[in-house]
Amino acid sequence: MIDVPSIADLNLTVTFPAVFLALFTMVVLIVDLFIPKDRKIRTAHLTLGGLVVAFVWNVLVFDSNQTALGGMYIADSFSGFINFIALTAAIITCFLSVDYLKRTGIEQGEFYSLLLFSTAGVMFMGAASDLIVVFIALEILSIPLYVMAAMRYRDAKSEESGLKYFILGAFASAFFLYGAALVYGATGTTSLPEIFASVEGIVATDSGARLYLVLGAALIFVGLGFKVAVVPFHMWTPDVYEGAPTPVTAFMSVAAKAGGFAALLRLMVIALPELTANIGDTIAIWQTTIAIVAAATMILGNFVAIVQTNVKRMLAYSSIAHAGYILMGVAAVGTIGVAEEATRAALIYMLAYTFTNLGAFAVVMALEKDDGSGTQIADFKGLSRSRPLLAVMMAFFMLSLTGVPTTAGFIGKFLLFGAALEAGLVLLTIIGVLTSVVSAYYYVRIIVNMYLEDGEGDPAEGATQYLNYATYAAFAGTLIIGLFPFLAVNLLDTMMIAGLF
Amino acid sequence: MALQQFAPIAALIILAVVLTFIISNISTIFGPSNNTSRKTAPYESGMQPIGVGMRRMPVKFYLIGVLFILFDIEVIFFLPWAVVFRDLGFYGLAVMGLFFFILTIGLIYEWKKGALEWE
Repeated sequence: MIDVPSIADLNLTVTFPAVFLALFTMVVLIVDLFIPKDRKIRTAHLTLGGLVVAFVWNVLVFDSNQTALGGMYIADSFSGFINFIALTAAIITCFLSVDYLKRTGIEQGEFYSLLLFSTAGVMFMGAASDLIVVFIALEILSIPLYVMAAMRYRDAKSEESGLKYFILGAFASAFFLYGAALVYGATGTTSLPEIFASVEGIVATDSGARLYLVLGAALIFVGLGFKVAVVPFHMWTPDVYEGAPTPVTAFMSVAAKAGGFAALLRLMVIALPELTANIGDTIAIWQTTIAIVAAATMILGNFVAIVQTNVKRMLAYSSIAHAGYILMGVAAVGTIGVAEEATRAALIYMLAYTFTNLGAFAVVMALEKDDGSGTQIADFKGLSRSRPLLAVMMAFFMLSLTGVPTTAGFIGKFLLFGAALEAGLVLLTIIGVLTSVVSAYYYVRIIVNMYLEDGEGDPAEGATQYLNYATYAAFAGTLIIGLFPFLAVNLLDTMMIAGLF
Repeated sequence: MALQQFAPIAALIILAVVLTFIISNISTIFGPSNNTSRKTAPYESGMQPIGVGMRRMPVKFYLIGVLFILFDIEVIFFLPWAVVFRDLGFYGLAVMGLFFFILTIGLIYEWKKGALEWE
């Protein structure tokens, strides 16, 4: 006899932000069919409306701290915060896209449905408490991005970008599935809390199950590492980021990363924090591996970014470097007792990075020409004279990415380095600080180009009404987190701590 | 579990192999043989078996093929559900109804987009 749950058991109310968005996507998909081709702005408005409803709803059920869908979905403050990041990114991306799609001639209603699908995927990823749900969310998050990357299909670069992302993404999914299968084989369950419950017994008996568990965790890390682009799984990033339409790149660099790290943090914090070499150890067995990967990611990302001449490629390598910083937080989670602080630091860092990076891409889009050119670093020459306000904001975003005080990036790095030190990862923290100094070179070079180099100054015709809204929103976010960090920390604290730990 | 429980399956496998061997060879042994070049060519569902491997063909076939496979796979999901339909009761009906609803939205979308038109 099958144990049939009733519909009330599913506890659907707490899943509404994500479920509503998924259902709303289908509404957008169908309604868009009846919107004439020259009025696609209505689809954008509809999309924005749905995103705002989901955003408000998310605030309302923030600290509900319940499980739903038979224990496969956790609505706690962690998932609430990931929803917050995902929806913020989607709303800003929506503003970024409206005029850009029109002037580059790739305006299609499907863009918005795909954006919403991908956002819903990130939200499910943050709330997943079962490896199956993580996998499905990973696919919901990635598949729309493959299509969106290839959306400028008359451009060979965009096509290459979509194909490359698709093939490597499919590989990553396969790695993840294989890892999940091994973990299932070792523990007999796919539910993260139940995996946690069986880990201690597996460590104690030191059976073959432990080998499978470690191997499975490693493969899952490879799969998610592809998604968040950490070294050595970063090869696709520069090509994909350069070829994809710029709003898609902007969304990819923040939302897909947030989703991947959400799943990684959940897995490490909930399921495997006590996967140690021996009983009584206080450091998880995977910490060294992740620390080494984080160090390699920070070093390679920052050093290779120096030689880039294309801003989109530079921001791609910078996003690899930032993945390294966030991964530092994941490594710190491996020291038992620091998990809470490290998770909080990684989440704040992701929020700060979301605002800053979307802002930087918004300015890049303002300079980008209709044919996709105009994204070289040299194109920034003299921008302070032609568009002073834009130049000020770009300078601020660059300083925030470097991590200069009074910007959001500083707060994120401060918390992350603090957590890593507390976890005893001194060498990793030193590498992090030193590579931050290196990163100043290429971020400040853009400021130098804007303020000190002679040049005509780009008229920045792409800075249209909607794009400006997005830039201001990103600027405001970066500034507020930078000046009043306790706002973000309190927001996270009030919703988070009770739920996750 | 005792291995004897699997005896019927083993018998079935052996029977299948032996029977296949007999059936596929019996006509060659006893039947009249009158080979022509056309008869000995590999069976390719009516297509020319010899020619360039990378022939051009209308991209419409690809679209129809993808759409067919999509719905084909969705149909597979109905099968296990149908087996336990009675046990699941209203819950199963509601969940499958939702699944079917989402599937229908996909159909409406592709129909309205003109993916089902041949021209």
